[in-house]
Amino acid sequence: MARLRTTCHMPEHDVLIIGAGLAGQRAALAAAESGATVGIMSKVHPVRSHSNAAQGGINAALNPEDSWESHAFDTVKGSDYLGDQDAIEIMCKAAPQEILDLEHLGVTFHRNEEGKLGTRAFGGASAARTYYVADITGQAILHVLYEQLMKHDDIERYEEWFTTALVTDDDGHVAGVVARNIRDGAMELFSAKTVILASGGNGQVYNPTTNALICTGDGIAMAYRAGAPLMDMEMIQYHPTTLQGNGLLITEGARGEGAHLYNAQGERFMEKYAPNKMELASRDVVSRAEQTEINEGRGFPDGTVALDITVVPRKRIHEALREIVMVGRDFAGVDITKEPIRIKPGNHYVMGGVKTDVDGRTNVPGLYAAGEVACVSVHGGNRLGANSLLDTLIFGARSGRHAATHARGMTMPTASRASLAEEETLVKDIVGRAKTGRRVSEVKAELGATMDKYVAVFRDEQGLNSALEIVRRLKEEAKTVAIDDKGTVFNQDLLGAIELGFMLDNAETIVLGALERKESRGAQFRTDYPERNDEEWIKHINITLADGEPRISYSDVTMTQWEPQERTY
Amino acid sequence: MAEDYTLKIRRFDPESGEPAYWQEFKVGLEPERSVLDGILQARGDQDGSIGIRCSCQAAICGSCGVKINGRSRLACNTLIGEAAEDAERKFDGGAIVVEPMGNMPVLKDLIVDMDAVHWKKVQRVVPWLIPEGDPPAREYIVPAESMIDITQAMACIHCGACVSACLSLEVDQDFIGPAALAKAYRFVGDPRDGQTEERLKDLAEDPHGIYDCTHCFSCVEVCPKDVAPMDQIMRLRRRATGDYEIKDSNNGYGHEKAFVNIIEKYGTLHEAQLLPRSFGQGSMVRSQLDPNSLKQLTESLPTVVNGLKSGKVSPVKAIWHHKLPDQKNVRRIFKQIESKDERLELNLYIVGEDNE
Repeated sequence: MARLRTTCHMPEHDVLIIGAGLAGQRAALAAAESGATVGIMSKVHPVRSHSNAAQGGINAALNPEDSWESHAFDTVKGSDYLGDQDAIEIMCKAAPQEILDLEHLGVTFHRNEEGKLGTRAFGGASAARTYYVADITGQAILHVLYEQLMKHDDIERYEEWFTTALVTDDDGHVAGVVARNIRDGAMELFSAKTVILASGGNGQVYNPTTNALICTGDGIAMAYRAGAPLMDMEMIQYHPTTLQGNGLLITEGARGEGAHLYNAQGERFMEKYAPNKMELASRDVVSRAEQTEINEGRGFPDGTVALDITVVPRKRIHEALREIVMVGRDFAGVDITKEPIRIKPGNHYVMGGVKTDVDGRTNVPGLYAAGEVACVSVHGGNRLGANSLLDTLIFGARSGRHAATHARGMTMPTASRASLAEEETLVKDIVGRAKTGRRVSEVKAELGATMDKYVAVFRDEQGLNSALEIVRRLKEEAKTVAIDDKGTVFNQDLLGAIELGFMLDNAETIVLGALERKESRGAQFRTDYPERNDEEWIKHINITLADGEPRISYSDVTMTQWEPQERTY
Repeated sequence: MAEDYTLKIRRFDPESGEPAYWQEFKVGLEPERSVLDGILQARGDQDGSIGIRCSCQAAICGSCGVKINGRSRLACNTLIGEAAEDAERKFDGGAIVVEPMGNMPVLKDLIVDMDAVHWKKVQRVVPWLIPEGDPPAREYIVPAESMIDITQAMACIHCGACVSACLSLEVDQDFIGPAALAKAYRFVGDPRDGQTEERLKDLAEDPHGIYDCTHCFSCVEVCPKDVAPMDQIMRLRRRATGDYEIKDSNNGYGHEKAFVNIIEKYGTLHEAQLLPRSFGQGSMVRSQLDPNSLKQLTESLPTVVNGLKSGKVSPVKAIWHHKLPDQKNVRRIFKQIESKDERLELNLYIVGEDNE
């Protein structure tokens, strides 16, 4: 039986993983298989992780008629030529075997009439290569990986532990983390030869967002504070089909199954923007098309357009889009089998993140990152639907394996107790603070509204400067936010204050990246620089924290076999 | 248009040494927002110490299981307007009552200890696939329907609503329970698993296993994902009895046979025959000839006395039991079902027709 740790003293691991979604769990299994002692830590129970939310599926060129080159080219084109082609090749080549491995572990993938794995169509793809479990693909894979964690008794699980900081030794090598046991408030120093960040994205920086409340960019901020460069942070994906108000996600699988988009005048407007792929163009293209319709007055009065799923046969909706039936019924009061549902583009995913190589290594020795927290970069300026699950698994596994190998040749680094004391002081300061500052919820609300107003589908210099000014003011205000909960058991108020600090670091780097990239590429559309500029801007923007200030530098985009072309769908 | 609502939240601070208490919060929200939105508004504006697990706000992460107006459910997919109307009907004053789930220890406010109950039970059912032999070079070839079928159990988000509402768990804390048994069906129903019979034997022989469910439907009613845990338990039973003829020491096999035989014969439940037939694996004759059955019958005398006292059975009814007026039709249903080559299982993921 796997061990579930609730208390511990000076725990040590070869590989310590922060985050227990798909990337984290896959890394844990890979590292354990490579013979490392593994700990996996998450601020929520692993099955609560946001990988759950991936509905539509996972891409792989597994059909004999399909090829990894085709998958890779679609991904390169989808990335608007900002993705690193060596990493994309690795991912697309490894995809078919990963799907088969998951199938063997027990994922209940959809079958065709012959009983073989069946596929559905997805956006930006030249073949139907998305493997799926109804519209709960992420959940199904997450739960099957957790079944494996329950089976492995050599992996230690720290469930409901909140990591507050990374610890490095005197040589700058990662040495562990400081974490708080959410259940009893104990602060603990964890020693580790390697740390893999697998803590997900930062959607909560925006409001509304499809992202869960836990997606506060903790790992991105902790790596940044530890000196690791962040890359392409300006590349924030707005998903084309989210609900007005609460930002809930309607899977791209709906359009994959054949659903249409209409404006308020009943026009299937994608004809104008992507005459070949129509609703299944890349997400950035569809979101911009929708936002253009809305901005030019052809949307509905509530700032939406319509997604019509009624064209999909009812039986097919029930077996393949069941979650969306529930979302429509429970959250919008709409029976999607009978009437169109109102949707709009909404914050969904960060293509950028902690800069890593193809083995998940960051610039901080011993520190790895995989999944949405990382930027390898396989998504470049725009991620294709159903490539995110693939990214988490392929680079989760590679990080796990590489970290295990790295750990084998070294002795345990010294994690200084001073780091623990520092974090304890920080916590004491927040809890003991007089209630003179703003409430955490106020600052967070202003941040979310600011980002959605100025750093969304369309951006310009003036708006981005306003955003930067507000974010920097909020950073000051966050230093004095007051909390009500003074306790130790499940002090979620305190965690909220720490997360707010993480979110503001994320927001600042997003805005800085967007200001810096003076062109339009992928998810970044600058109305003041509306053209893609291959001469100057086929390069990654890196932001590093140096002496407390963000410093901008560039790195090359790796090209292997695909030269930039005009991008049409 | 935002409206005013009152949330009456059950508070408990384990560090205070004080017992749990009720606290009311006034919030303003559109009626189509959720109860969770209401709780988060109260936490954000008024009292940051309100404890509740929550994350996705979209009914997929399973974090925010609570009781609202006495019913176990997710706070995130319960509309606050409807909850207020429900409260108005149920209680004086109309405040929306939010309290922690049942059958699990409370850690703080609305947060319960799921590890101590739910996850322990999940671990109990050996929750991972155990295929026979090495995997094939490519995927396992299995019927498309089998994957859709177990996807209903895979849709479980482990929110604990069924565990909270389970009446059997209330009287037997060791009952494996609805969520974990639904998880067990996910493997039993999976054609790739090589331990089907072993799993079924294990669950049938466990005195707190599949025969510990009393068919109260609570879990089916409260499940926010239509997993219908009780249906999965009934499928485990049908496989155990019908497919594998597992004769368990809990007499679940005999009890199920007894029920089916009585309904086929009378169309209604013949209470007086239920016990003897259960011990005789469905047969009245065997129950009176088999020494072991007779022994079990004798041991059940207190139950018989209780039945007589309460009027559930009487000597007259025991000898003469009426049949359903159109018993012929009941038999016809039996015949039709038995004539099928395969057992048809109702699955909510497979509804409607292709041409609809």
